[in-house]
Amino acid sequence: MSWVWFHRFGSPPHFYRLSRRLVPWFAWSALVVCVAGLIDGLVFAPPDFRQGDGYRIIFVHVPAALLSLQVYVVMAASAAIGLIWRMKVAHAVAASCATLGASFTVVALGTGMLWGKPMWGAYWAWDPRLTSELLLLFLYLGYMGLRSGFDDTARADRASAVLAIVGVVNVPIIHYSVVWWNSLHQGSTLIGAGGIAVPSMWVPLVTMIVGFELYFIALLLIRTRGEILRRERNAHWIAEALGAPPPTAPAYGGASGHPAAHRPAVQRG
Amino acid sequence: MIHFLQMGGYAMYVWPAFALAFIVLALNIAWARRSLRSAQAEARRRVLSAVPEPLREPQGPQP
Amino acid sequence: MTADGGKSEAVASQAPASEAPRSLAGAAFAVMQRDLRLALRRSGDTLQPLGFFVIVTTLFPLALQPDLSLLRDIAPAALWVGALLASLLALDLLFREDAQDGTLEQLALCGLPFTGLLAAKTAVHWLLTGLPLVVIAPLIATALGAPATAVPAIVAALLLGTVALSLIGAVGAGLTMGMKRNGSLMALLVLPLAVPVLIFGAQATALAIAGEPIAAPLYLLGAMAVLAVTLAPWAVAAAVRIGLE
Repeated sequence: MSWVWFHRFGSPPHFYRLSRRLVPWFAWSALVVCVAGLIDGLVFAPPDFRQGDGYRIIFVHVPAALLSLQVYVVMAASAAIGLIWRMKVAHAVAASCATLGASFTVVALGTGMLWGKPMWGAYWAWDPRLTSELLLLFLYLGYMGLRSGFDDTARADRASAVLAIVGVVNVPIIHYSVVWWNSLHQGSTLIGAGGIAVPSMWVPLVTMIVGFELYFIALLLIRTRGEILRRERNAHWIAEALGAPPPTAPAYGGASGHPAAHRPAVQRG
Repeated sequence: MIHFLQMGGYAMYVWPAFALAFIVLALNIAWARRSLRSAQAEARRRVLSAVPEPLREPQGPQP
Repeated sequence: MTADGGKSEAVASQAPASEAPRSLAGAAFAVMQRDLRLALRRSGDTLQPLGFFVIVTTLFPLALQPDLSLLRDIAPAALWVGALLASLLALDLLFREDAQDGTLEQLALCGLPFTGLLAAKTAVHWLLTGLPLVVIAPLIATALGAPATAVPAIVAALLLGTVALSLIGAVGAGLTMGMKRNGSLMALLVLPLAVPVLIFGAQATALAIAGEPIAAPLYLLGAMAVLAVTLAPWAVAAAVRIGLE
């Protein structure tokens, strides 16, 4: 690939500096959008015909579930880019996705259980969506466990990239098999977004999804900056970026002519 | 207002759900910033202690 | 690179200090022969997964009641969970020894397609650890109350399922190869990926026991086995290469 922007984006110092300026935009807009979505969903959206006010949990459950899946795909895609094009920035992005994605999955599971109790009468009823989310959580935990098992960051990047790629291929298969398994045994009610045909209901939902996306991008940028630093051990740009004095590069012809200005005066003998 | 807080009787489920989401997302903000800060501190330490080899002459104790 | 030429080369290489196989088929055949011979020498180790399978499936009736009609209901679950866990146990045998004594490195460096050689190793591994499960399955299934008419279907499902499990497991084994002994991480990696095999295999078994047609889950199992055979070797080779660094 010879797209200039692609390679520039993959340049660690450029990414580091650019993301620093981008984070506030994403962070603040995430806050505004989420607050707007929450107010709209909790106050202005009408109660549901069947579920009363209890359905409002979807305003966090659905965005979290959506993001949990999307983040896994982003993780696998950036890991694949890192593996194929050997881009450290891509590996840094993949590493940053793990905790975020797992957290979204936990939120999706927890809110799903809290929604299930009043709706089905049980906190856990092996609903296909929640069971798939649980397996997705295991995939995230496995990814994080594999990463932590390697001391060398580069090896950890490559091994977890293979795992992420294998995992992302399996995610649709796993999901389909769980849906199929569930449909055989009971006419269980899916936690669906059925009944969200009314704009006053899906507008706040979409708003919350957008808010979660902005939040994800903001945190991804923050984490990726740190991961880039960890992978660029001896690069000279780091010193400048951190505002530290650059390591003194020896510019001399012999051992005798050392730049005395950099050395603290020490009495010998 | 009361009706809002009671969420039509589902308060015991709705509010904990939102609280869970809020707490987890807030924790992630804290973790992300801490991760970045520790990476920056590590990098700063590495840069500052990187004295080039030829300049390291045997001397007395440095301040 | 004909199979014949490969085989005769491989046979020639049996004699000490003769020229090494130059084709993938020859090398793969040599690798398989070596693995088989080593495994047969250590038959105790090789039979362990089989023993584990038998014991685990025995635990289910002991944990319930010796009532065949009840056992018939849980037979699919017991068979497939047992097969899954036995495959997991067997994965240790796949790469660990060869990684330690340097054989894997030699295979990686010999210039022949590493993917193919690893596929050959995995095939032998399945022969030694997956196939015995399939062979003893009729006995176990009958002991758990399955009617004799269900046995061929159960055998077919396990045949396809164990192939898929061996390949998926090989990916996990390759990824965790470079680490100190931690079998539980490999389980965490492999088991979620093995869930579809479990679901469709158990369903096929349940349908077979009930006497209903099992075409649908069996086709899906077959599809998964084919997918595993075509895609997994790449991932295994990539994983093992990283582990060898």
